[in-house]
Amino acid sequence: MANDVCFRTLDQDKPWTLDTYLSAGGYDEWKKVLKGEFTPEQIIAELKTSALRGRGGAGFPTGLKWSFMPRNVPGQKYIVCNSDEGEPGTCKDRDILRFNPHQLIEGMAIAGFTIGATQGYNYIRGEFWEPYKRFQAAIEDARAAGLLGKNIMGSGIDFDIEVHLGGGAYVCGEETALIESIEGKKGQPRFKPPFPASYGLYGRPTTINNTETLSSVPMILKNGGQWFLELGKPNNGGTKIFSVSGHVNKPGNFEIPMGTPFSELLEMAGGMLEGRKLKAVIPGGSSTPVLTADVAMGMNMDYDSISKAGSMLGAGSVIIMDETTCMVKTLARLSHFYYEESCGQCTPCREGTGWLSRMVHRIEHGQGNQEDLDKLLDVAGKIEGHTICALGDAAALPVKSFLKNFSDEFRYHIDHKKCMVAN
Amino acid sequence: MVNIEINGIPIKAEDGAMVIEAADAAGVTIPRFCYHKKLSIAANCRMCLVEVEKVGKPLPACATPVTDGMKVFTRSPKAISAQKGVMEFLLINHPLDCPICDQGGECDLQEIAVGFGSGVSTYTEGKRVVPDKDLGPLISTDMTRCIHCTRCVRFGQEVAGIMELGATGRGEHMRIGTYVAKTVDSELSGNVIDLCPVGALTSKPFRFTARPWELTKFNSVSPHDCVGSNLHLDVLNNKVMRALPRENEAVNETWIADRDRYSYLGLDHEERLTSPMIKQDGQWHEVDWDTALTHAATKLRDIGQKDGGGQIGAVGSYTSTTEEHYLLQRVMRGMASDNVDHRLRQQDFRGQDSTALYPNLGQSIVDLENLDAALLIGSNIQKDQPLIGNRLRKAAIKGGKLMFVNPKDYSFRMPVANQLVAEPTNMIAALAGIAKALLDITGEKPPEGLTDLAPTVSDAQQAIAKQLHESGKASVLIGNQVAYHPAQTELCSLAALIARLSGACFGSLAEGGNSAGAWLAGAVPHRGAAGETITSAGMDWKAQLDAKLKAYVLMGVEPERDSLSGADSISSLQAADTVIAMTAYVTDCMRDYADVLLPIALFPETSGTYVNIEGRWQSFTGCVKPMGDARPAWKILRVMGNLLNIDGFDYMSSEEVRDELKAACEGKPVSNDFPWTRPDVSAGKGATMSDLEAFPIYAVDPMVRRSTALQQTADGVATAKAN
Repeated sequence: MANDVCFRTLDQDKPWTLDTYLSAGGYDEWKKVLKGEFTPEQIIAELKTSALRGRGGAGFPTGLKWSFMPRNVPGQKYIVCNSDEGEPGTCKDRDILRFNPHQLIEGMAIAGFTIGATQGYNYIRGEFWEPYKRFQAAIEDARAAGLLGKNIMGSGIDFDIEVHLGGGAYVCGEETALIESIEGKKGQPRFKPPFPASYGLYGRPTTINNTETLSSVPMILKNGGQWFLELGKPNNGGTKIFSVSGHVNKPGNFEIPMGTPFSELLEMAGGMLEGRKLKAVIPGGSSTPVLTADVAMGMNMDYDSISKAGSMLGAGSVIIMDETTCMVKTLARLSHFYYEESCGQCTPCREGTGWLSRMVHRIEHGQGNQEDLDKLLDVAGKIEGHTICALGDAAALPVKSFLKNFSDEFRYHIDHKKCMVAN
Repeated sequence: MVNIEINGIPIKAEDGAMVIEAADAAGVTIPRFCYHKKLSIAANCRMCLVEVEKVGKPLPACATPVTDGMKVFTRSPKAISAQKGVMEFLLINHPLDCPICDQGGECDLQEIAVGFGSGVSTYTEGKRVVPDKDLGPLISTDMTRCIHCTRCVRFGQEVAGIMELGATGRGEHMRIGTYVAKTVDSELSGNVIDLCPVGALTSKPFRFTARPWELTKFNSVSPHDCVGSNLHLDVLNNKVMRALPRENEAVNETWIADRDRYSYLGLDHEERLTSPMIKQDGQWHEVDWDTALTHAATKLRDIGQKDGGGQIGAVGSYTSTTEEHYLLQRVMRGMASDNVDHRLRQQDFRGQDSTALYPNLGQSIVDLENLDAALLIGSNIQKDQPLIGNRLRKAAIKGGKLMFVNPKDYSFRMPVANQLVAEPTNMIAALAGIAKALLDITGEKPPEGLTDLAPTVSDAQQAIAKQLHESGKASVLIGNQVAYHPAQTELCSLAALIARLSGACFGSLAEGGNSAGAWLAGAVPHRGAAGETITSAGMDWKAQLDAKLKAYVLMGVEPERDSLSGADSISSLQAADTVIAMTAYVTDCMRDYADVLLPIALFPETSGTYVNIEGRWQSFTGCVKPMGDARPAWKILRVMGNLLNIDGFDYMSSEEVRDELKAACEGKPVSNDFPWTRPDVSAGKGATMSDLEAFPIYAVDPMVRRSTALQQTADGVATAKAN
C-alpha cells in the first residue's frame, strides 16, 4: 500500500498533465464543491475525521486550523500554500509540484472555498525552478480549462492562484516570514499574536498550509475522512511522504501509511549503503532531534511513535547516517546552517546560533575543551523557547540531542584532538 | 479595564494594553531595548521576557496583551533566567568599549547589564566588527555597538515618514545602514540618537566632548518655530554641550527637530559680539556698558527731542523672548514712537487690524492629530514646522485628508489627499475658487467683492471644498508663505471664509518661533501690549524702512538676512543717523550700518518666555552665562528705560516683566477669526517664488544660520547653493 494520495498519478505517463489528472478523477471534488455538494462545514468535518495534520513539520490538525478562519467576515481572505521546503533533508513538496501539481491546485481551491478566500498564493522555494515552471504551467492549464478564475463553471465562485518564487531563505518557510516575503519585505517572522488567521497576508485573514497537506485534501473528500484515517492510525491519519536521504542505497521519496515501521522504510530505501551499520537517524528533518540506531529501529513512522522515541516526525525527512559518520562534523554542519539562516531579527537566535556554530567548529577541529560541552547546552537552552519563531528551537534541539546521544564522540574530539570514526 | 496581577500585586490595566505598558503604569520595571512607547512593537530584543502563569515559554512583555486574570511574574526564576540569557547574548558581540563611548553613563545596555549581566564573559570566540557609516553631519556611527533593536529603522518608517535606515543582511550579518551609501536627511533625524539604546548612533557635533555625568541639565524652550519644543540643555563649564528633547506630550512629545537640537552650535560662533562697541568717526571702539548705554540713550533722546519719536523705529526678532518684546515696545512708546514691529518677513500689513489677539492655531497642537481634514495654505509643513508636520502626518495616517494650496508641488512624506499648485500670483484665485465651490454647496450669497475675483471652480477646488465641508473635524491653516505673500490680507480673508463656510477651524502657523509672544507683548505698531488699542498706528517694519527714519533700534536681528526687503533695509539703515543694534552676532555688513553695538544673550543665556502657536506660555531660565560681556536684552532695555526716564522700569527679574504682561493679557478674548474684507483685485501681483521661499528650514534666524552642522546637512547645503 503506497502512493495512494499525493503520488497517486506517479505510475502514469506524464503524470503532471491536466489530462492525466482528469483521467484519474482529478478535479471531481472541486466540481462537486462548485455544484454546491459540499458546505465548508462538511469539508472541515471530513478533515477533522481524517486526522490530517500539517505536513510541513508542526503537525497542527488541518481541520482545526481551517475552522479558525473568520470565513463569514467580509473582506479579502487568502489561502497560502507553503512550498518553500527549505528543511535540510526534505524534498517531498518538490516532487508533488513536479509530478502532481493539479492535485495541489485542486486542494488550494477547495481550501479557498472552505475558508472564504478567492485568492491563493503558492510560495515556492527559490531554487525550485523546474517545479515552479511546471506548477505555473499547471495553473495556466487549469485556468484555460475553466477550473480557476471568476465565476468558475457558472457557480458564482471565484478562485485564482498566484505563484511567488522565494529568494532562497530558509526562514521564509516560517509562515509569517513567508507572508512578509510575499508582501515584498525582508523575510522575517512576525511575532504572534496576532496569528495569520486574524492578521495575515496584507493584514487580512490568511490560512497557510504545506503543499502535501493541501494536496491531500482532494483525496480525503473523494474517499472520505474515515478512509484517510484508516490509511494510517488513530490521531495519525493517512499516508505520509518520507524523504529518505543519507547512507542508503535508494534515497528518495516514499509515500507510505503512517505507522509503518522505520525498518520497513529503510528497506524500501534499499537498505544501508554498502551494507554498513546504521548509526543514527534524524527522523523529521535537520531541526528534529537525532536518534540512535537502536531507538530508531524500534519506532514506527508516525507522530506519536517518533515523539515517544524522543524526536519529531517534522516534515518526514529521514536522514540516515552509518557508522562512518562523524557526529561532531555533522553537528558542525547543521549548526553552521542555522547560523547562516538565522534572519537576525531577534537576539537569542542572531547571537546564539553563531556562538553554537563556532564552538562546535572548534571542537571538531580539536580546539575544544570540556567546559565547551556544558556551554553548548547552556547556550542552546538560552535560545530555545526565547525567540520569535521556531528557528531558534531548531538550532538548539540538534545540539542538545547530539550531545545527549553521542557525547562520547565529542569528548573524544576534545581529548584526542581528532575524530573517533575517521581513521 | 482588566484585572491582572504583576508579581502578586493586583493591577488594573487598559483593555488591549501590553503587559509592559501595564507594568510601566504600575511602576514595575521590566528591562527592554527594542520597545519604545512611540514606536510600533518589534519584540525582537527579547529582553522583556517575563513569566506568565499557565504559559510554558517566557513571553515578551512588550507584545503580550493583558487578559483578565492574567498573572505575570517579572522577577521569577524563569523570567530572570530568560532576561539574563538575552543579556548575555547582547553582550557577546558588543565591543564593551564603554570608556570611550559617548553613550557611556546614559546607555540602556550599560544600565541593564548592571542588573542582568555577568561580571565575566564566557564568550571566547572572535567578536563581530561592523564598518561605520557616514550618515551626514549630525549623526555619528559606531555600528559594532549596534544591538539591532531597529528603533532607528522604525522611527524612519513610522515617524519621520521616510525609511532612511534599514536592516540589511541576515543573522549575524545583519547591519543597520542606508543600503546604498547616503546621508540621513530628514529634519527629524537627530531623534534616532535619543532612540538608540546603545552608542551606535551618537551626536556627531557632541562626539567626545563630554561625559553625560559631568553635564547639568537645564530646562529650556526652542525658539526656532512656533511649536515651542521643550528642551533639555546639557551644560558643562558654562558651555552648552548639547540639546535634547524634554518630553511634553502636549507640545513636542518625545521628539525635537534637528533645528532645535543643533542650533546651540551657533552659540560660540566666531561672529559672536562679546563687548559693547560704539562707532566714532568711522572707527569702532570697545567701550564699557555704561558708556555704550549712555551713548545710545543720548542719541535716541536727542533724535526724539529734535525730530520727534516718530523718527525712531524698532524691530525685534522672531526669536526674542516675550519679555524682550514687551520692554522694547515700552521703551519705544516711552519715547512717543509706535514704530515697533517684529514682522520682518511680511510685506502686506493691510490686514493687521483684522488679525486675532495673536496668530494662533485655534486649537491645541494635540487636536491636529485627530483632524478628519485639513487645508494648509502656503505651507511646506514638514520643513517649516517639522513637529506640526508630524502631528498632521499622524492624522493623515489615521485617514485624515490633508490638502494644500501651495505655490509649488512640495513632496511630503505623508499621505496627501490633494495638493493644488498655484503660481504665487494665482494663490488668491485658487482660494477664491474653493470659496465659490463652498458657496455653491451652502447656497450662501458671496460676500462683497468676491465676485470681483471672478472665481472659477476646477475639479480639484471642488474636491477640496467638498472634503472640508463633509469632514467632521476640519481645519484651515495659514502657512508661512501666506505671511510672506504681498496679498496676505486677501489670502487670510479667503482662508477664513473657507473655514467659516465649511465649518472648519481657522488657524495660523505663525512664521516665527515667538510670533505669538511678540503680538501679545505689543511689538506691533498698531496695538499695545495685550492687544490694547492705540490712537494712531505706528509704522510697520517695511514702512519704517521706506520712510528712512533717523534712528533704528534692532533687537536680535540681521535685517539684511532676516527681512524680505533685505537690500532696501541696508540702504535705509545706512542712511539713518543712528542705528543701535542689540545683537548676538556682528558682521561687516552690520558694522557698516550700525553706530552702537550692544552684545545680547541668546536664548540659552537668558531667562524668558516663549508663547507657542496654541497660546502656551513657556518660561525658562538661562543655563549659561552670556558670552563675554553680553547681557540679556531685557536687562539692557530695562537700563535704557531708566536712562530715558521712562516710568516703571524697576523690574528686578524677567519674571516680573512676564507677570506684568501676563496679568494684562488675562481674560482678553483671543479669537481666531479674520473678518472678511473686500479683496483688492490687483493685490498679490508682485508675488514671487523667491519671496515665498526666502527662509528655508536652516536659514530662519541668526543662531540657526550659524550652526555649522545644520548648514552642512542636505537642506543647509541646498540653501547655501541657492544663495
